[in-house]
Amino acid sequence: MGLLDKEFNNSNVVITSLDNLLNWARLSSLWGMQFGLACCAIEMMATGASHYDLDRFGIFFRATPRQSDVMIVAGTVTLKMASRIKRLYDQMSEPRYVISMGSCSNCGGPYWEHGYHVLKGVDRVIPVDVYVPGCPPRPEALIEGLLKLQDKIRQHSSVKKTA
Amino acid sequence: MTPQQISEKLKAQFSDKILEAKVEGVLEPYIKVSASSVKEIAIALRQDPEFQFDYLMCLSGVDNGKNILSVVYHLSSMQQRHKITLKVEVPADKPEVPSVSSIWPTANWHEREAYDLIGIKFIGHPDLRRMLLPEDWDGHPLRKDYKVPEFYQGMKVPY
Amino acid sequence: MFETSHPIVKTSNGRALRSEEMIINMGPQHPSTHGVLRLELVVDGEIVVEVIPHIGYLHRCFEKHCEAMTNYQQVIPYCDRLDYCAAMNMEYGFVLAAERLLGIQVPERVEYIRVIMLELQRIASHLIALGTYGLDIGAFTPFLFMFRDRERILDLFETTCGARLLYNYIWIGGVSHDLPPGFIDKAKAFCKYFRPNIKEFNDLLSYNDIFIKRTANVGILPADVAIAYACSGPMLRGSGVNWDLRRDDPYSVYNKFQWEVQVGKGEVGVVGDCWSRYMVRMREMEQSINIIEQALAQIPDGDVHSAVPKRIRPNAGDLYARTESARGEIGYYIISDGTASPYRVKGRSPSFVNLSVLPEICRGYMIADIVAIAGSTDIVLGEVDR
Repeated sequence: MGLLDKEFNNSNVVITSLDNLLNWARLSSLWGMQFGLACCAIEMMATGASHYDLDRFGIFFRATPRQSDVMIVAGTVTLKMASRIKRLYDQMSEPRYVISMGSCSNCGGPYWEHGYHVLKGVDRVIPVDVYVPGCPPRPEALIEGLLKLQDKIRQHSSVKKTA
Repeated sequence: MTPQQISEKLKAQFSDKILEAKVEGVLEPYIKVSASSVKEIAIALRQDPEFQFDYLMCLSGVDNGKNILSVVYHLSSMQQRHKITLKVEVPADKPEVPSVSSIWPTANWHEREAYDLIGIKFIGHPDLRRMLLPEDWDGHPLRKDYKVPEFYQGMKVPY
Repeated sequence: MFETSHPIVKTSNGRALRSEEMIINMGPQHPSTHGVLRLELVVDGEIVVEVIPHIGYLHRCFEKHCEAMTNYQQVIPYCDRLDYCAAMNMEYGFVLAAERLLGIQVPERVEYIRVIMLELQRIASHLIALGTYGLDIGAFTPFLFMFRDRERILDLFETTCGARLLYNYIWIGGVSHDLPPGFIDKAKAFCKYFRPNIKEFNDLLSYNDIFIKRTANVGILPADVAIAYACSGPMLRGSGVNWDLRRDDPYSVYNKFQWEVQVGKGEVGVVGDCWSRYMVRMREMEQSINIIEQALAQIPDGDVHSAVPKRIRPNAGDLYARTESARGEIGYYIISDGTASPYRVKGRSPSFVNLSVLPEICRGYMIADIVAIAGSTDIVLGEVDR
């Protein structure tokens, strides 16, 4: 992609078509990393099961971070686990996205006030793209979060716009 | 056996080591024993054919305030179908209780957790180290005077 | 140089091959450890010599929150999140202890509603346990079938209290909402629909040759070791011990129903292996359907909010109350100092205690068997770490 950036200063039909193609390819097969921590993991499994199917969106769960596009942090992040989450995020290859599922990973959830061992939001250690609220979020809410992530990927452009 | 009979038999056997035996007027009858005698009373409770307390339901550490920590043992017997509660109190500046993990192996993990969260040291425990909190955590959170740290390994702990 | 107890093997050109034990990490993120559990495996080739579990990756300070809440009712949502697969059972354990502390007697309709919800939750929890167990072994289809049936139970919960997974439904002195109109018919229809599905699961997974080869004679837990380590629930019953708190330390209205306690008999393999525990769970689901049908037939009328106290201020005292959750004995030890908020609440969770026996039953098996054994203990890390 770097070669194309150097040739053209701003986007034109070659870049936009290529962008559309790549973005469509990336959003249609978002492979998620199985990273269920707590209660939201059960709702994530229920979303992946047959009633609220995720496979129809091209999403299925991989066990390893090396082969996945999106990490759905489902559940409470504790201080003991936070360094491992950072490590797993570093092991993912770009382009990588993070969905924070549930209020525990958004902001600490019901444990925000007295939880001495709870990290108040996973965005304190890794950058998050989409936040899905709920405790636990319904499967439909998680699917909407994934669709919002797909929207975000659709807007992605390989030419960086300069100010 | 009723709690009254259990406490009478224990008093007959270990009269000076039983500090208090409250079986009337409480929701749950308990027997308070001195810390040094925990192990021999536990062996008697396990092995005596009339007691047969083979199931340690729960072992909890408690911060009673006023610088006293205590350990509460909830025992039950699967054959005799009776239950009893043992309580041990120790001062907070020297909280040492003999470990019963050689008598009831399940106490191993319960005692590690009590050490982790309350800070009670169990003498004779094979592997007393922190279990729920990270190894380099400071302090024992379930004490009443615990202050939440500001940062842990660079991460902000309070909201 | 260090000593090694392994024989020194000489290769064909006379050099010595040194073999020693290796430490492998089954880390907190692993598709088959049912949550954030770290198992440190000391292996000699493929044979496991020692398993050291490391927990605490989901320690959410449940006991500190209980002390900080201003009201006993506020603790109930935190109890939900202990064992999130069997949330009703967790709530009920706490509510039972609090009601005994306060001396409240609840109306009979409330007891029947609670029993129906508890048994439905037991079936839902076993469906998760068995579905993910099949997934660990490698069978994907039973997982989908079981989650399909679980969705129907969650529909029943959702019509009653609005939530699918974490309910805050069982309150001290009653329940939060009465059964909606039409619930009893829907529940009866579910029981009628679900009973033949158990046979379908048995045909699909239980007597499958590959499943039997992976789970029979693996992870054998003798009965005396199980009692010494205070195991409970299907772990204990799978080892042949006939002990169920609903019958042996009775609470609520369980004494009004006819059902059988399922014990592992060692039909395939030996008593106490993974297959026995799996089969105990499978058969318990059928017994739960029996209980639910009897409760639906006998449920009386009444007001579910009549005994909910306005002010919850128990006398000073302490109490330990235990009930049979889907995974075993859940006990709550509550110490009250006479104020409206609890002084100390200790949750004795079945998975914490069942996990402590894992090092004992894993020695001598292969690494792939560890997955089968850890899955058969059916732990939920929310209640292990609290």
